[in-house]
Amino acid sequence: MTASPLHIPAFPALHARTLVSCAHCALPVPPGLVQESSDVQFCCHGCSTAYEVIRGCGLERYYHVRDQATGAATAVKSTGKRYSEFDDPIFTSLYVKPDDHGGSHVELYLEGVHCAACVWLVERLPSVVPGVYEARLDPRKALVRVSWDPSRTSLSRIARTLDSLGYAPHPAREAAARTLRRMDDRRSLIRLGVAGACAGNVMLLALALYCGAFDSMEPHYQNLFRWASMLISLVSVAWPGSVFFRGAIASIRTRTAHLDLPIAIGIGAGAIWGVANTVRGVGEIYFDSLSVLVFALLVGRTIQHRQQRWSADAVELLFSLTPSAARRVEGESVVDVPIEAVREQDLLEVLAGDSIPADGIVESGTSSMDQSLLTGESAPVSATIGSLVCAGAVNLSAPLRIRVSAAGEATRVGRLMKMVEEGTRRRAPIVRFADRLASRFVYAMLSLSLATGVAWSFIDPSRAIENAVALLIVTCPCALGLATPLAVTVAIGRAARRGILIKGGDAVQVLSRQGVMFLDKTGTLTQGRMSVVRWFGAEELKPLVASLESESSHPIAQALARDLAVSDFPRASEVEQVIGGGIAGLVNAQRVVVGSSTFVRRIVRNEDARITESESECIAQGLTPVLIAVDGLICGVAGLGDPLREDAGAAVRSLKDAGWDVRILSGDHPDVVSAVARTLGIAPDHARGSATPEAKLQAVFESARHGTVAMVGDGVNDAAALAAATVGIAVRGGAEASMAAADVYLSQPGLMPIVDLVQASRRTLRVIRISLGASLLYNALAASLAVTGLINPLIAAILMPLSSLTVLTLSFKARTFGGR
Amino acid sequence: MSVIYIALPVAIALAAAAVIAFIWCARRGQLDDLDGPPLRMLHDDQ
Repeated sequence: MTASPLHIPAFPALHARTLVSCAHCALPVPPGLVQESSDVQFCCHGCSTAYEVIRGCGLERYYHVRDQATGAATAVKSTGKRYSEFDDPIFTSLYVKPDDHGGSHVELYLEGVHCAACVWLVERLPSVVPGVYEARLDPRKALVRVSWDPSRTSLSRIARTLDSLGYAPHPAREAAARTLRRMDDRRSLIRLGVAGACAGNVMLLALALYCGAFDSMEPHYQNLFRWASMLISLVSVAWPGSVFFRGAIASIRTRTAHLDLPIAIGIGAGAIWGVANTVRGVGEIYFDSLSVLVFALLVGRTIQHRQQRWSADAVELLFSLTPSAARRVEGESVVDVPIEAVREQDLLEVLAGDSIPADGIVESGTSSMDQSLLTGESAPVSATIGSLVCAGAVNLSAPLRIRVSAAGEATRVGRLMKMVEEGTRRRAPIVRFADRLASRFVYAMLSLSLATGVAWSFIDPSRAIENAVALLIVTCPCALGLATPLAVTVAIGRAARRGILIKGGDAVQVLSRQGVMFLDKTGTLTQGRMSVVRWFGAEELKPLVASLESESSHPIAQALARDLAVSDFPRASEVEQVIGGGIAGLVNAQRVVVGSSTFVRRIVRNEDARITESESECIAQGLTPVLIAVDGLICGVAGLGDPLREDAGAAVRSLKDAGWDVRILSGDHPDVVSAVARTLGIAPDHARGSATPEAKLQAVFESARHGTVAMVGDGVNDAAALAAATVGIAVRGGAEASMAAADVYLSQPGLMPIVDLVQASRRTLRVIRISLGASLLYNALAASLAVTGLINPLIAAILMPLSSLTVLTLSFKARTFGGR
Repeated sequence: MSVIYIALPVAIALAAAAVIAFIWCARRGQLDDLDGPPLRMLHDDQ
């Protein structure tokens, strides 16, 4: 074929079309939505609304700020809800608090907060909604505090604005627990600050003393400095240092080894001995080492605390995510009410596209439901009068009226959330490396110091106690306490840069081991949406099917319309839909029928010889066959399914190589699940289908009895299992609930990040082991110096930070995630 | 050198004042959000 000049102009146009990106989120715009006449293009309605609101208020700088911040692009998930329940008196009494100066304020959780630009945009709320005084967003918690004048604007208006910007708001429940935690955070910050100030000042005094020792400082000055450093050190030991004593007492009482015990012994012995020597005016004091010890250990503890706090915050967010409003039918009218006001036996209306607010029985209407949130099944189910619908399912096609059978925490999804909470609580705590060392450490430290004391009482009784106490101080496991939190924090920080968000250090420790890894199918191994995987029939059929199916909003119809679409197809007329069956209509004056086997065969009986064969081939592959008939002859079959992610095969292989026992746990039909397992090379008895959320939880618990269990999933149906597993991993595109329940969230698509994560966890653990080894080596060196009586405060003051610095360098220089 | 008997308590008093100011800030919640302010600082108001 020769390149005709006539064809060339078509290419640039086509090229330009594929490159169009959304003006708001910068994701590619689907070709069908490109509007030739417009300068700016959007990938979805949500993005165009957000763009208009931002432009309309003169806040275009958001895009500039965002590009500078991360360039992170996420599509706007604005829900378009009315939020009128936010103005309801019940809602107001629950969440809204009066301000000091006549206004009101409320705390809301926002979905979709991801970067610095979000802070900028959300805090411009006063210039968007008149009547709002202030909006302060805490990006870590995704919690915004809005104060406004109730006489000038309403909370529902504020909520709608936030929603249209792409931050769907949810009322923040559990206010009392949040206040408690905030107080706790403040106290630990104060402790850290005080310990830091004390350590710095004692070090200055110690410097003077060390210099004075060489320059023969006059004794009365020396005494002054000793008393001053004692005073400051005692503040440090008695106030911030008290956490270690409390920890040590708890550790003795519960008879569990904890690093606090050797720390408390070291600090306690050093403080008592120092006070005695200061009062006596002779002998060594170790106050500089003690106060630095308290500070360094508190730094390690605060780092660890912040990691754990993050996962607690996430669980809280989860409980705020359940739908906050319902439409209650009261006589002739329909009123928006907050979810808290819904009672059993209420009649609720659920519009198409809304999620069901409570469990109930359908009283009127016929529609189809997307229950994938609860069951993980990708294909929609039909709902007619008398069928049971569950809260959390999405009503897809037509309005329904349901009679409530269970509301709030009694619903299935409510019970599921409860299980998530319990799963988190019941999970056995990971015994930390350092804590495991602690018990042996205490014995070694005490017996060695006793032996030193006894031995020296024979050699030189005047130095016996001196050397025994010095040993207790210099072997105090400072670097040991820092090693784990530092290495883990560095790993978590690097992982975050690669799009892997790890909520707690425990996950890293668990993933470095081997065990059972359960993978969910829908949305985890697969892409989570229907598409045409196989096609049997003539190419000319495709436009006919696409045009007919574009008339329907059913997910299967949308998949056919999307995947079979050509640039211009004829319009269908006389379209008839049968819910749970199929669709029929006239396209290009041809009678086209598309649908399930029973539906199509009821209308058309003639068929091509190969149709049955193609149909059974689809079923064997776990695909849903859709039959196509044109003018009274069945002439095509489309096999629909949820295709595997491209990297699924490679990821499963790598995980197996790393020693994990990979299994599938899915809510989908067993045939579909075993077809996927076959493709991925997973043994059929390790692939389980039709698993309810409860069954998934059970499976995780059973395996957890034999060892480590990792669960990878994406939906609310996986949330309980994610929380109960030793480590739960939520994949990109999953429900917000699963993100909250999991320990790790992958913000990069695909399964390869899991492989990355497992390998990096192993490397991190290696770093921790090396660090622990190095700090033990320092302790051994210091101990041998103390035993031989060669130690003095100056050597201790040099040796201790040196060991901490070694640990610090090892943690930062080691290769963990993707090179550096 | 005996000035040290005055200078040292003064220095300690100054340090104590700074610590007290810090505690006061923390108790009033000025340090609750440690992630927002560094981001906010970069957004100049117009």
